[in-house]
Amino acid sequence: MFALWSLLLPPQVLAEHSRSPITSIFAPESTPAKSIVNLSVFVLIITGIIFAVVCTLLVYSISKFRANSANADREPAQVYGSNQIEMAWTIIPVLIVVVLFLATARVIHAIQDALEPAGAIEVTAIGHQYWWEFRYPKLGIVTANELHIPVTDRSHPTPTFLQLLSADTDHSFWVPELAGKTDLIPNHLNRMWMDPHRTGIFLGQCAQYCGTQHAKMLLRISVDTPQDFEAWVRGQQQPAVQDPSVTTGRRVFEHTACINCHTVSGTPADGRFGPDLTHLMSRTTIAAGAAENTPENLRLWIQAPGKIKPGSLMPAMKLSDADLDTVVHYMRTLR
Amino acid sequence: MSSDAITIPALQVQEKPWVDTLHEWVTTVDHKRLGILYISYALVFLVFGGVEALIIRIQLMHSHNDFVSPQVFNRMFTMHGTTMIFFVAMPILFGFANYLVPLMIGARDMAFPRLNAFSFWLSAFSGFLLYFSFLGGSGLYGAGNAPDVGWWSYAPLTARAFSPGHSSDYWTLALLASGFGSIGTAINILATILCLRCPGMKLNRMPLLAWLNLVMAGMVLIAITPLSAAQIMLLIDRYLGGHFFDAQAGGSAVLWMHFFWIFGHPEVYILIIPCFAFMSEVVPVFSRKPIFGYPVMVAATVSLGFVSLSVWAHHMFTVGMNSYANSFFAITSMVVGIPTGIKIFNWIGTMWGGRIQLKTPMLFSIGFLFQFLIAGLTGIMLAAAPFDWQLSLSYFVVAHFHYVIVGGILFALFAAFYYWYPKMTGRMLSERLGKWHFWLFLIGFHMTFDVMHIPGLLGMPRRIYTYEPDRGWDTLNLIVSIGAFIQGVAILVFVWNLISSYFNGANAGNDPWDAWTLEWSTSSPPPPYNFATIPVVASRRPLWDLKHPEDPDSLYE
Repeated sequence: MFALWSLLLPPQVLAEHSRSPITSIFAPESTPAKSIVNLSVFVLIITGIIFAVVCTLLVYSISKFRANSANADREPAQVYGSNQIEMAWTIIPVLIVVVLFLATARVIHAIQDALEPAGAIEVTAIGHQYWWEFRYPKLGIVTANELHIPVTDRSHPTPTFLQLLSADTDHSFWVPELAGKTDLIPNHLNRMWMDPHRTGIFLGQCAQYCGTQHAKMLLRISVDTPQDFEAWVRGQQQPAVQDPSVTTGRRVFEHTACINCHTVSGTPADGRFGPDLTHLMSRTTIAAGAAENTPENLRLWIQAPGKIKPGSLMPAMKLSDADLDTVVHYMRTLR
Repeated sequence: MSSDAITIPALQVQEKPWVDTLHEWVTTVDHKRLGILYISYALVFLVFGGVEALIIRIQLMHSHNDFVSPQVFNRMFTMHGTTMIFFVAMPILFGFANYLVPLMIGARDMAFPRLNAFSFWLSAFSGFLLYFSFLGGSGLYGAGNAPDVGWWSYAPLTARAFSPGHSSDYWTLALLASGFGSIGTAINILATILCLRCPGMKLNRMPLLAWLNLVMAGMVLIAITPLSAAQIMLLIDRYLGGHFFDAQAGGSAVLWMHFFWIFGHPEVYILIIPCFAFMSEVVPVFSRKPIFGYPVMVAATVSLGFVSLSVWAHHMFTVGMNSYANSFFAITSMVVGIPTGIKIFNWIGTMWGGRIQLKTPMLFSIGFLFQFLIAGLTGIMLAAAPFDWQLSLSYFVVAHFHYVIVGGILFALFAAFYYWYPKMTGRMLSERLGKWHFWLFLIGFHMTFDVMHIPGLLGMPRRIYTYEPDRGWDTLNLIVSIGAFIQGVAILVFVWNLISSYFNGANAGNDPWDAWTLEWSTSSPPPPYNFATIPVVASRRPLWDLKHPEDPDSLYE
């Protein structure tokens, strides 16, 4: 029942669980998510008042005007309507709508029409069945499923602006604590932004049905301190590690269909259908968050992806046990 | 009122071979029989759609459940949504319209009886066509069966690259065929109401049920046509090399969304307006007062019809429209709250100062009022576009629209069943079973759909076949699933009530509720010709005038 309580808790309390997997939309950690919550609370208060008033009228009329043995045999006064009352309950809702609309339009404009400041991080997010590709065009980085972005502080804002695209079907990018969702649609460029106010891991997932494994198209955002982010960027900009101890595994990898879909920079592997593996070991999960990034899970994933994520587009590679081990070893060196 | 309440002597019933009876039902062009056929056919599909819902709820009972595979789960929610909208809600409401409209306006049948039969059989065919996909969906490809693209089938998921085989084609063709059936029935309702009203029944004396079905039928004509057009375009894409929705070849996935939702949103009103109509008949009779503010109710319905045509893109706030478009659709969606609010106030105004009889139809009506109020308020939240960026595509929105469709439409339908079943069969439904049905369904409904809002607020997207154990969604989903089963039990009570009361129910007589509209002036069930002599009316409540000649409504209207 933690989930229920977390709705009632003030956001500060939740913030203390920095790795809390509870992703309440009422625990915002960035500006767009915060302004949405402010609007939401306003809307909730107004709708709450309407609910209380109408519900009271309804309950009162049911309890007050029930037929009883004293009056059941005659008809009540036949009233056909009243223009004054009709006017009242037309005009009041009109005024409420005007107020709600102005509040809404203000937030729409503030979030959608925000200008990109000079220090912004630019990321292109590309939705695939059923994983996320993240490209940082200015930094020359390509990664998958786990987005790293820097924390923003007021004096030196470094918000992240995402360009959203899709390689196949529609997807939707949703990390509730950081921003509302925006769809990734093929042939239709979208944009969203976020400026996280604290570091930590933020969970989300694809919100637009995209096919068989829509459920396991998970998303995690690591919000780093500026130093950690810079270190991560430097690491990602390195070419793939060439470890001589895993030459066998590398040869198996490069001589099977793996390279049709996966890239390992600086090697013949340059496929783009699946996630870039150059720095696979820098990620904590595989299969778009469906499994922890452990040697056992890697092996299972290469051998029988259906066991982790039935319906995923990664084929079972049908390698011999020995080849499988060497490939996993090779993968383990891709830091 | 020239005709008294005329009792038709029971027709001489002869033993007929069942084949003859079947033949009569299959070839019938009688609006009452077609109405009953529509309703029974929809009830069968209600069971199908309900079973699919229960499969979904079993799968989601706890995290990492493997009751069904992801492929089967995706088919289940696709078929559940498609079935409930196109093969339950639409036909059942058409059934009631078919049955009631001619009786309430004092006509002998619909304007085009043969078109009526054609429309019904076309709709019935399309339902079976859709379900045949479970067998035939693989076609020659052997790739899956039954559509798994979701009930709104967003492009490009329906492109042949992503949906091989024929499962999507069954979906497309079934909706195309049922769409033509719906258009036929809508034309029929329009023509009937406009041309066949009995003498004295001016437009402003029609029962609200007729008015609201008139608006509904007009909306069907406007809303179904873009859907049918989109289905044809999709077929062109899939088989004739078109690129309307094929984003890889320069087509637009967003175009499909517009086509779908310019149908899809008015569709919600096509379903709810006939339910408003039931409320507007049931609430006055059980409050013993005429409807409060009749002209305002009509005006609110007509304006609701118009406004609802301009709100479709609030289903697309996350699609990336610019801030002006988002603002436009936010305000039009909020404006919907004004006429619907007026309606709720008028129903309460009708109850105010009345003598409220809490019979089963009234219980369901009160349930409707309460739940529709909440559904409307969550609708306002969803209309506030930035709030919607969080709520859309999550379980919150699933809870919201089930609040409309189950808490609103289905409750109103149950009220209609308990209210008009005596007219259709000549037997009363059991009040005792009715109360069991009401309370069980109410408890199940609130367990399921109140709780369902919360996982949405906690980040649970819709249409996922499973979820991770550490997200805090387990307990909530378990409660939701248990509620679904309680609703299932309530439906069984209802079905049992329908069957047992048909054989053992108390005799209804012509007018069991002491009501005021014309259908209660003829026998139960009515004869094939409805009225021995066509009635003449002088007010909105002809039977009130008849029962209270000293103080008829015609003096005040």
